[in-house]
Amino acid sequence: MLGYLLRSLIERLVLLVVVSVLAHAMVHLAPGEPSEVDPMNPRMKPEDVARLRAAFHLDEPLHLQYAYWVRDLATGELRSFKDNQPVLPRIGERFMNSLPLFVLATLVIWTLSFPLGVQAALRRGSRFDRTTTVLAYALIAIPGFFLAYLVIIAAVQVLGLPVIGMRTFGAETAPLSVRVMDRIWHLALPTLMLAFGGIAMLSRYARAQMIEVLAADYVRTAHAKGLPAETVTYRHALRNALLPFVTMFGLMLPGLVGGSVIIEQIFAWPGIGRLGYEAILGRDYPVVLTLNLFAAVLTVAGTFLSDVLYALADPRIRLR
Amino acid sequence: MTTPSDLDAPPRSRAREVADALRGDRATRWSAATLALVLLAALAGEILIGATGLLDPATVRLPDKLLPPLSAPSATIAVAERPGLGIYLLGTDDLGRDVFARMLEGSAVTLTVGFVAVAIAISIGVAVGSIAGYLGQVRLGPFTVDGVLMRFTDVMLCFPTFFLILTAVALLPPSIYNIMVVIGLTGWMGTARFVRAEVLSLARQDFVLAARALGLPPTRVIVRHLLPNAAAPVLVTATVSVASAILVESSLSFLGFGVPPPHATWGNILSDGKDYVFDAPWLFTIPGLAILAVVLAFNLLGEGLREALDPRLRRR
Repeated sequence: MLGYLLRSLIERLVLLVVVSVLAHAMVHLAPGEPSEVDPMNPRMKPEDVARLRAAFHLDEPLHLQYAYWVRDLATGELRSFKDNQPVLPRIGERFMNSLPLFVLATLVIWTLSFPLGVQAALRRGSRFDRTTTVLAYALIAIPGFFLAYLVIIAAVQVLGLPVIGMRTFGAETAPLSVRVMDRIWHLALPTLMLAFGGIAMLSRYARAQMIEVLAADYVRTAHAKGLPAETVTYRHALRNALLPFVTMFGLMLPGLVGGSVIIEQIFAWPGIGRLGYEAILGRDYPVVLTLNLFAAVLTVAGTFLSDVLYALADPRIRLR
Repeated sequence: MTTPSDLDAPPRSRAREVADALRGDRATRWSAATLALVLLAALAGEILIGATGLLDPATVRLPDKLLPPLSAPSATIAVAERPGLGIYLLGTDDLGRDVFARMLEGSAVTLTVGFVAVAIAISIGVAVGSIAGYLGQVRLGPFTVDGVLMRFTDVMLCFPTFFLILTAVALLPPSIYNIMVVIGLTGWMGTARFVRAEVLSLARQDFVLAARALGLPPTRVIVRHLLPNAAAPVLVTATVSVASAILVESSLSFLGFGVPPPHATWGNILSDGKDYVFDAPWLFTIPGLAILAVVLAFNLLGEGLREALDPRLRRR
């Protein structure tokens, strides 16, 4: 086990290096450069462009630019092309904004999907099963921002909920209870919108898993032994059906960066997905590349975590 | 249960069995009908707009902007610029363009984006997967072909997909081809992995050994003997991927990086319509519901195909 962990850790580190090299090359080789963002400005003389290029090391060969990026990232000196602010604290701040959204959405997804999926599997073909199936497919199929707009209109017109940003502007001096409720209301809709897709996917998956396990021989044996149906369902079937979900947990980790661009954009949530979108728009390469590396680290950590968790949960799996 | 009459009956071919299973499923019938309708709309769009010029999605009529569905053109509009049907069947947008004509034009473009992107993704995935699976042990210097291809797949999987698509589309010049290619190039990894697994398990079977003993070259073994046996899951993935490609295109449109004008897609009609949610709700709901219906249809069709092609999943 320890040998496996060490070897796979090294393999994953190499993977990350390759990913960062590729991302760096791709971003820098794409047509257009940060120094050309404003080509029509008459006050931008060729020597200004040259000075900008030199300041950002854009006039150096590609491998040197990569080396500069790694050095600056390692020393924490990496600065945004846009405003010359350090990149890492900014990403950290945006990350802390996205985190509650992600954690809450994950909690909602996991607490709702399992009961829904398992009930649908147990009552296969019933009205409940058919309704949840149709709803799940509809939630997967609806364009996220279309649904978000409909929900926002409903929430504002019917319930009068605040929907934009993280808190009500000017409420900083309000009493604590008001501020807390304000934060919660602002969190509610984006969380729900982020969770919808996940609930639909995960509950379908839970249903499929449960159906497969319920057809297994050992479940039939358990029934044949005369065990009560409840015991068979929850002790024999459910436990085995839940096993693959241990891995899902790790695989959902990268959603923290890439999964919320649209939702954060709609709700003006100053999170990490929106930071990425703004950085891409402004060709802010240091931010784009660092965010990309961060996402890759999350992906790699997620698969690593799911491998280990699976081995811990399933005695049939031995990592060598 | 097998009854005597079943045994007497001639064995049904596999294609028949699959077709029967598909026909027996209500959701599959509904999605097939929906997709047929959309194809018909795309075709009608080509005829009405391209060939006969009866409808014109590009005509701007500012006096008639934001008219609700089924309203007639105002008297100030020149006769040549009136909609071919006499009324605006689905209303007009903020430039007075006929939404019905734009939706018809958009259905062809939307489907094209979906199909081409998925065709690219599936081709790469099948090629990478079958080469890695069948010729994986060939050595390239210190590495095996399988090692190189699969590590590359791992690298691609490390990029957050939507973020990667957004980066590529934003940095490249806006064009419908770039969008199709980028969605295709970022979507092949899953296919590559399961085609490889499928080929690895098929390659050990006797019929492949027989084919190799006959002296067939690897390409022929892969194309004629391995891939047809791995086709079922590929078909299912392709169907579901078209749905997600359409959704990705609409998300890109929302962020302003979708298919650029003059092409109308459902995604960019929807995203333009979001600015008029209150003044002209039909501009928003019509393309939104259209996308919902098509994506739903592709997903349900994929699910139906999965069940029909895999006898273990078929309902008893």
